Amino acid sequence: MTRGLEAEYVQILRDYLDSQEEDELYGAQKLGKFLLRRDISPEEMVDLHGRALEKLGDVPEFVRASFRILTEVMIEYGNAQRSLNSWRSKHAQLQSEVAVASAMQQALLPQNMPTYPSVEIGAISIAAHEISGDYYDFMYVDEHQFSLTIGDITGKGIPAAMCMSMLKYAVDSLGEIRLGPDQMLRHLNRVVERNIDASMFVTMLFGCYDTQSHVFRYAVAGHEPGFLYRAQEGRFYDLAGSGVALGIDGNSQYKEQEVHLQIGDLLILLTDGVTECKLGRSYMTREELISNLQHEVHLPSQNMVDQIYRRLLMLTQFEQRDDYTMIVLKRI
Amino acid sequence: MELTIQTINHETEHCVVLGGEIDAYTGPKVKETLMSLIEPGMTLAVDLEAVEYMDSTGIGVFVAVMKASKKAGCPFYVQNMSSRVERLFRITGFYEFIAIRKGEDK
Repeated sequence: MTRGLEAEYVQILRDYLDSQEEDELYGAQKLGKFLLRRDISPEEMVDLHGRALEKLGDVPEFVRASFRILTEVMIEYGNAQRSLNSWRSKHAQLQSEVAVASAMQQALLPQNMPTYPSVEIGAISIAAHEISGDYYDFMYVDEHQFSLTIGDITGKGIPAAMCMSMLKYAVDSLGEIRLGPDQMLRHLNRVVERNIDASMFVTMLFGCYDTQSHVFRYAVAGHEPGFLYRAQEGRFYDLAGSGVALGIDGNSQYKEQEVHLQIGDLLILLTDGVTECKLGRSYMTREELISNLQHEVHLPSQNMVDQIYRRLLMLTQFEQRDDYTMIVLKRI
Repeated sequence: MELTIQTINHETEHCVVLGGEIDAYTGPKVKETLMSLIEPGMTLAVDLEAVEYMDSTGIGVFVAVMKASKKAGCPFYVQNMSSRVERLFRITGFYEFIAIRKGEDK
């Protein structure tokens, strides 16, 4: 501790003892903050106070001796402060690692939507925390077809991000050999089952859209059912399909489904962050979700997904509890 | 709403009564409790009646416990799930794999 500091402390003490004014106490508060910033420990402060007293006059022996007790006690406080500081720096380091993982994960999500003249696609994916367990991607197949994947990885944080990069790699590589949706999921299931922790699994819908015939062929692995909106009827239907989530059983089989879109029809694909919205004390029902979707079906696909997100966020009083992803594909 | 865990030990069965919310934050505690009760020759039953919320992390816990109990030769059941939890079990396809005990029969 510097001499200057000691002299300043003596001055503060002397001024206060002379005047007993509140203002002097304010000076002491400021000094306290300064000492904290300089990492001066409580025991050093007690020592400083003892030395300052000696400068002010004759200190009785029992007071001098009592400082040894106080110093011993304060050492414990000092230890607690030092360990807090070390946790703080570890926390900052972890936070920066999470930020790097979060940025890497963003890079795995598609940067551009596929553009074909007869379909319009909108997508939104918002993580509840830094790292998302939701995954979606589009893949160019040929000039008339593209495939799409939407998935939800259980758990959050770094394990979800690592699993996502594995999934993307697997989907990209298997995409090269043009598997049907059922076969795609069968292969992905093996990859997931072999490579991730027993308590993790992945729900997924994988499909392929033909922009000439407007047929969407897809298969589902334990994923939240999406919707098919029939514009002519103004009605929503559940996008049929069932199958076991990826990673639960290595031998699961999947079934290919098919829907045909008319002009104005919509495919709405989502993750459970959309359906598990909590409105006050209860959860949103599928009927309530449909009525919210109904309000926005007239919008262009990207505006529609953005608007529905805002609408649901407002209904949940801005508390987004789970990762949220929605893709809307409209035949135009 | 926090998680509550109550374990009742019968002669041949451990019954774990769960309540509240099972999600990414409470899931590890549930997993730790259930894993510690997997014993060959004993049955492990989980009562879900008081569970108000479960997300896919919760299902993940049960997947892991089911796999571990199968390996250890310890029958594992769940009972009294709410319709909301049952929906989640059905959508993920996990319903086909897990043994479900209906009603209170023991």
